[in-house]
Amino acid sequence: MLLKKEVDSSVRPEGKRVRVPRGLWVKCEFCGEIIYKKEIEKNLDVCPKCNYHFKINAQRRLSLIFDEGSFIEFDERLESVDVLDFKDMKKYKDRLKSSQKTLLRKDALLCGEGQVNGQKTMAAAFEFEFMGGSMGSVVGEKISRLIERAIDKNCSVIIFSSSGGARMQEGIFSLMQMAKTCAALGKFRKAGLPYISVLLDPTMGGVTASFAMLGDIIIAEPKALIGFAGPRVIEQTIRQKLPEGFQRAEYLLEHGVIDMIVEREDMKDTLGKLLKMLAPY
Amino acid sequence: MALQQFLEFEKPVVELEKKIEELKQTALGEKADSAGHISCLSEIERLSAEAKKLQEDIFSNLTPWQIMQLARHPLRPYTLDYTQRVFTDFIELHGDRNFRDDPAIVGGLAMLENEPVMVIGHQKGRTAKEKVFRNFGMPNPEGYRKAIRLMSMAERLKKPIITFIDTPGAFPGIGAEERGQAEAIAKNIMVMSRLKVPIIVAVIGEGGSGGALAIGVGDRVLMLEYSTYSVISPEGCAAILWKDGSKADVAARALKMTAKDLYRLEISDEIIKEPLGGAHQDIETMAKTLKEALVRLLQDLRKFSQDELLDMRYKKYREMGKFYEAVI
Ligand SMILES: [Zn+2]
Repeated sequence: MLLKKEVDSSVRPEGKRVRVPRGLWVKCEFCGEIIYKKEIEKNLDVCPKCNYHFKINAQRRLSLIFDEGSFIEFDERLESVDVLDFKDMKKYKDRLKSSQKTLLRKDALLCGEGQVNGQKTMAAAFEFEFMGGSMGSVVGEKISRLIERAIDKNCSVIIFSSSGGARMQEGIFSLMQMAKTCAALGKFRKAGLPYISVLLDPTMGGVTASFAMLGDIIIAEPKALIGFAGPRVIEQTIRQKLPEGFQRAEYLLEHGVIDMIVEREDMKDTLGKLLKMLAPY
Repeated sequence: MALQQFLEFEKPVVELEKKIEELKQTALGEKADSAGHISCLSEIERLSAEAKKLQEDIFSNLTPWQIMQLARHPLRPYTLDYTQRVFTDFIELHGDRNFRDDPAIVGGLAMLENEPVMVIGHQKGRTAKEKVFRNFGMPNPEGYRKAIRLMSMAERLKKPIITFIDTPGAFPGIGAEERGQAEAIAKNIMVMSRLKVPIIVAVIGEGGSGGALAIGVGDRVLMLEYSTYSVISPEGCAAILWKDGSKADVAARALKMTAKDLYRLEISDEIIKEPLGGAHQDIETMAKTLKEALVRLLQDLRKFSQDELLDMRYKKYREMGKFYEAVI
């Protein structure tokens, strides 16, 4: 029972990019505003100045939508193995170990089932801090199992994606997780069950190009960066400046790529209503 | 071996062949049956055998990066080279019915021996102008949407599907993102996993990431001997993980992206042998070998019912991936 664990609800400073004194203040990644940490915590980790939705960890994410005490975690013991014996500037094994140690999680996905305003659903959330939320065999397997469980139990699925894409250190296996998860979703669709995909900042690459874009309903948080190719890669390829707001949630809404943008404080209620209306039973 | 376009590691062979060529010229200058002529001929014979041996040695010890270069060789046969040789009566079909025709993906009906099939593949260009026209084999969303339109038609009309993979990746562009590149790829992958007709995928050159997989979900996945398939290009991988794009050779090795690697990792089902020196050295033979494999596999897949086929395909992808699960 995940929610009964001691939860540190404070903001974890957002990696190395944020250099602010003594942890009392945080800097908004989007507008650069320096904000008093207590203030932003009270505001669900949303910037009071520009409404950028800060990254929050997977546990907090699910705790914001599930009814108190309703969540049961699945497959928490799945752990990545270094099949390719991959070593870049660091060994993959060491990257895994250090992420596991700091985040107290075996890999980049938390999933389970629970209730959202009384509506039963299966859900998964990415841990972006775990190797950039990258999808390797464990993430692919957990998502596939979640979807298969949902088929068995005649239940809806919500996936909160936040990921840099496929995990390069697992080579072709990470690419094949796209096929594996999409195939599971194909079955799920045939079973006539609803899937809501929620895209968070950032959702890119192989995650976007698989289950994240296959939601019956696709929701994004405000200002989330969402795309297939990263903005830098695009800029280098076409040697042009990118349009204002390119690949941000608002831009994608305008281009018909997503259904809607939902603020963090409204997420639970929106999901609850949708689940109620979409429920197959 | 084509002398005009050779790769760095082929240089020793090319130099030997130059020497042979010179000797041939000399031999022509000598009087026939003269001592000089005869010694020339025996030298040519000796050097030719040496050249062949050298080429065999080089090609049996290629590094992953060298294989990558062969996969991207400017003379490498592309999809349309195979549609002409492997099939008869190829009739190309165009467009996604929504936005435009994407020349980076070609598709159409064709006969494989006596059986009509739907053929779809990435298409690169040969000349500078063609390369631009084909966008270097990097599809936009409309390319993937054309592909899935044709595949869905094939399903409805009960025609098997054969796809050829050869792309650096899906195009990273403004329009591509605006028109839903990620959605187009995702949709194709999902739909292909459930198409009720046999699908054979052949990686003929470069298998570049999601842009390759978007037409690459099938019942059998073949790879030509010197083709590659990976989650990211070695250059891209090197730039991100080594912070140095020039480390591509190191990344190519780490990614395990050659046909041999993928066969060993059980992602590809079969390696199709290439002629000595690579597919471009003898396109006719390559096409013949590929055709034999396609005919044989299609025959084999015919044995299964629709349901069996779908179950098998689901399991095939379901089992991909390695992880550890502690039991308590
Ligand atoms: Zn801000």
